[in-house]
Formats: sequence, structure tokens, C-alpha cells
Amino acid sequence: MTATAEMIVPSFDDDLETDRTLAIICSKGSLDMAYPGLILGNAALGEGVDVHLFFTFWGFDMITKGRMEHLKFSPVGNPAAHMPAALAPLPGMTSMATHMMNKSLEELDIPPVPEFLELLKASGAKLWACRLSADMNHLDESDLFDDLDGIINASDFIELTEGAQLLFI
Amino acid sequence: MATTVINGKELVVDDEGFMTQYDEWDENIGQELATAIGVDMTDDHWKVIRFLREDFQVKGETPTIRRVSTAGGVDTKTLFRLFPKKPAKKMSYIAGLPKPHGCV
Repeated sequence: MTATAEMIVPSFDDDLETDRTLAIICSKGSLDMAYPGLILGNAALGEGVDVHLFFTFWGFDMITKGRMEHLKFSPVGNPAAHMPAALAPLPGMTSMATHMMNKSLEELDIPPVPEFLELLKASGAKLWACRLSADMNHLDESDLFDDLDGIINASDFIELTEGAQLLFI
Repeated sequence: MATTVINGKELVVDDEGFMTQYDEWDENIGQELATAIGVDMTDDHWKVIRFLREDFQVKGETPTIRRVSTAGGVDTKTLFRLFPKKPAKKMSYIAGLPKPHGCV
């Protein structure tokens, strides 16, 4: 016999006609700046939010075959990297910093970029490539992540994200 | 902290209603929890819930969606189908476990 009247049941917003949509513009191609978009996108999907990721400019590297597994992190010009400015540009520093970052991510079981994109797709995200970036880099669908939803221009993106929350990274 | 009553059993829950005492759960309670949030439990659902319970014992924390797919063998698409919209939260609620803390 259940005493449902006395049950505390959390609301998972199933009844809410939640049209909450989050659009994340990924414009950076360094390893450290690739992750915020992916992680927030993933978190939003897990909360039932519709997610669009738009890859543009340097962010294009995140979806370009041959580049997406090799994103780098350089401490140059980044005081937050906690390294004396004069040391940062020395040969080997970028490799070392990249290696250390990848190691930290692996230890926490954070997937590499290609796998993360697949996880996002499996969870229902839409991934879009920027038309202008594709043209500037002379790339087409065959050079990019197989599971992209399309190469679109800025107007398409604006239409697509009507009413959405926007995040520019 | 509060208590809630299911099947005549008094359970300790947090303010949101998630169970906090691992040993207070059993599959009957899991069934009631699922019904309360509108999830129709099938064998596929139970497979996931059982994995969550076992993994919690091994790891000491609730597995994230990613861990359920990589270690638990149930792919992400399926998880979103079985527990729509907020899979991680729904799964942990039904399994009588806290919400996962990990980001991925």
C-alpha cells in the first residue's frame, strides 16, 4: 500500500512545455577553450534543454578531421596559465602544457573532442559548421566531422536560434 | 533532510526527494519511485538501475551518463529514450541514489 500523499517527489519538468534552447558559439581552437562549450552543452542536454553548437573561426578546428584530435594549449599571452611570461614561448612549452592538460582531462574521464562530439550528438545536440569559415579554409563536408547537421551561414544561425539563450565562447 | 513514506516504509530523503540512505532502497521502492515520476519500467530500465546501484557500491558515487554508457554498456541514445529529458536525474532518483556530481 503506498502512501503517495506523503511522498516528496521532485519535479523533472516533464509537463513543462519547455522550449528552452541554448546555442553555443564555439569560436576558439585551443584545447582549453574547446571544452567549456562541450561541457556546458552536455550539461544542458542532460537537463532536457535543446542544444545547438555553432563552430566558427578557430572553433572550426574542433570539427575538422585531422585537427580535432590535436588541439593545443599554449600558455603564451595567458597570465592565467601561471607561468612566467618569458618562459611561455620557449620551445617545448606548448607541447608540455598541452600534454599536461590532456592528462588532467583523461584522469577525470573527460573524453577527447571527437568522442565528446559523438556524445553530444547521441544526446540530441545539433552541430553546425560556419559557412564563412568553411569557405575561408577551403573545406567542405568531407573534411569535417561526419555527424554534423550542416554547414550554415550567419543568417541561418540567427533564424535557428530564435528565442534561444546564446553563449559565445 | 526530510522523510517520505513509500509502501508503509519511512525513508530518509533530501529536500528534493532523492533518497540518501543506500540500504533503505529495494526494487519495490524503485518501482514506486519510477511510477511517481511517470517512468514505465521495463527490463531495459531495470538493467540501467541495477548498474547504477552496483557501480555506486564500487565507486562510491553515482555514475554519470557517460559512465553508464562506457562501463554499463547502455548507449547514450538509449538512456535518453528510457529516461527522457533529464536522464541522469531520473535514473538516480529511481535507483535511490544522489544525483551524479561529475560533469560528463
